[in-house]
Amino acid sequence: MAAVTSLDVAAIRKDFPLLAQVREGKRITYLDSGASALPPHQVVSAMATYQETTHANVHRGVYATAERATHLYEQARVDVGRFIGAAKPASEIVFTKNCTEAFNLLAQSWGLANLGPNSAIVLTEMEHHANIVPWLQLQSRLGFEIRYLSVAEDRTLDLSNLAHLLDGASLLSVTATSNVLGTVNPIADLSAAAHAAGALIAVDGAQAVPHASIDVAALDLDFLAFSPHKVYGPTGIGVLYAKAAHLDAMPPFLGGGGMIKDVRLDGFLAADGPQRFEAGTPPIAEAVGLSAALAYVSGIGLDAIHAHHRSLTTYALSAIASTFGDTVKVQGPADGPNRAGVLSLTVDGVHAHDIAQVLDTYGVCVRPGHHCAKPLMRRLGVNATARASFGIYNDRDDVDTLVEALAATVNMFA
Amino acid sequence: MADLEELYREIILDHYRNPRNRGELDPPAIRVEGFNPLCGDEIVLSLAVTDGVVTDVKVGGSGCSISTSSGSLMSAAVKGKTVDEVRELLATFKGMLSVGDEGEHDPSVEPTPVNLRSLGELAALQGVAKFPVRIKCATLSWNTLAQGLDEIAAR
Repeated sequence: MAAVTSLDVAAIRKDFPLLAQVREGKRITYLDSGASALPPHQVVSAMATYQETTHANVHRGVYATAERATHLYEQARVDVGRFIGAAKPASEIVFTKNCTEAFNLLAQSWGLANLGPNSAIVLTEMEHHANIVPWLQLQSRLGFEIRYLSVAEDRTLDLSNLAHLLDGASLLSVTATSNVLGTVNPIADLSAAAHAAGALIAVDGAQAVPHASIDVAALDLDFLAFSPHKVYGPTGIGVLYAKAAHLDAMPPFLGGGGMIKDVRLDGFLAADGPQRFEAGTPPIAEAVGLSAALAYVSGIGLDAIHAHHRSLTTYALSAIASTFGDTVKVQGPADGPNRAGVLSLTVDGVHAHDIAQVLDTYGVCVRPGHHCAKPLMRRLGVNATARASFGIYNDRDDVDTLVEALAATVNMFA
Repeated sequence: MADLEELYREIILDHYRNPRNRGELDPPAIRVEGFNPLCGDEIVLSLAVTDGVVTDVKVGGSGCSISTSSGSLMSAAVKGKTVDEVRELLATFKGMLSVGDEGEHDPSVEPTPVNLRSLGELAALQGVAKFPVRIKCATLSWNTLAQGLDEIAAR
C-alpha cells in the first residue's frame, strides 16, 4: 500500500523526548493521544521560558514584566480564536480549567439563563459524560427535557428523527467526533438543522480539533469546547468558544477576582467579555503553552495531519481485520472519510483491562475502560473497550506492534 | 513478562473462564452492587447469611479477568464460613495486597505479613500487588461483600 502521508514522522518524533525512551528493550508505542497527546519540546520550552523570564499575574501589575505576561495571555486567546476561525478572536474565547469545565460553564451560565420547565435540549447517545452530566445536574434544578439522538447500527448518528427532536428545543449539543467510535458527525448539517429549528448548537470538539480544521464561523457554531492537551498543549487549561452575541448576554459562572468591574458590600458589576468568566488567576503558563502547541500544529498543517491519521486508520483497520477476522472487533463505523483514528477494540472473552495489560508488556499504551461514555457502552452492549488512538508521531510500525501485541493477548486468553 | 505470568496465573485464568457460583439468589438473600469506575466493571453480589454463617453466595455482573476470578475465588472461599471468619479473611486478603482501610492501594504501606496458607487459592492473586491499578479489580468483590455484611449487620 502506498503511503499517502506527507508527514515526516521520523523528524516529528524527535520533538517528543518521551518517545525516545526504551523500556525493557522496547520502544514506547504511544496510542493514547485521544486521552492526552504528548506535548512537543517546543511547548514545554515555551512554558519554561515564560516561567523563567516573564512570570507575573495578568491584568493587574503595571510593571513591564506584568504587561508582557498580560500580552502573552491575551495573545494566546487571539491565537486560539484564529485557529478555530472565530470572527472576533479577542472576545469570543474563554479559558477554563479543562474541556469539562467549559461544558459546566455553558450549562450553568447559558443554560441557567435560557432553560426552564418548558424547554428542551437535544444531546446524543455518543456523548462524553462532560456533555451529559452538567445538563443532568441542571435538569434536576430546572426540570427541562433532554432528548437524545440515537446511535444507528452502522455506528453513525440516526438523524431520521432529527427535525422531530429539534422541534421546540433551545439547544443541540453534540460531539464532532466520538471519542469511542471515531464517528465524525456531520456538523455543518447539524448546525443548519438546529438553526432552522430555532435552536443553538454547541459542539464538543475534544476529539475533532486535533485532527481536522474546524471553522466556527463557516460552520456557524454558537459554542465550541475543546481540550488543549489533546492538541499537543498542556493540561490545566480548556477552551470555550462562544459567539460574542451569546457571550455578552451570559451571566458569570464562577465569581471572585478578575471577573468584575466593581464590587460593593451589597453587590457587584461583572466585567465584559471573556474576562467575566475567568475568576481568579487564570492558567497563564498553560495559555502560553497552548499558543505554542497551535503554532506547532499549524506548522505541520492540519490537512497533512488529517491525511496522515486517515492513512494510519485505514492501514490499522485492514491489518486488524486480516489478522484476526472476527476475533478482534473494532467498535465503530466502517472505514471512510468520516472515520477518525480512534480504534475501540473488543475481543470476545477478553476484558479490555486485560488487553491493555498485555499490550503494556509490548510497550503499547492504550486506554481500557468506558471512556467516560457509559450510555454509549450500554448501547454497544459492552462494558469496556481497549482504545487505541493516533497522533502525529505514530507510524505503521506502531500499528504493527499493536497487532503483534494483540495476537499475544488473544493467545494468552484463548 | 515474569510479572505478567505472576498476574495471570493458571488458577486465575481458570476462574475467569469458568467462574464459580455465578448468578443471583432470591430474597431474603440480600443483593449488593459494586462498581469499578476506572474500568467499568460491575458486580452484583447475592448474599445469604443465617445464624451468623454465610450459607450461600452468588456473583453476577461483568468484569476483567482479575475482578471475575477474584469474585469467583471469594465466593468459594467464604461459603460456609461464619461472618467473623469472613471478615478476618477479608483483612488478610487486603493485607496481602497492601490495601488500607479506605480500600485504596497505598504504596508506602509495606505488605502486611500474612499467612498465605490461610488464604488457600486466594493467594494466587498475590501477583496483583505489583500492578497497583489492578488492585481495585481484585478488591471489588471483597468490598462489595463487606458492604453486604454491613447491611445485614445493620438490620
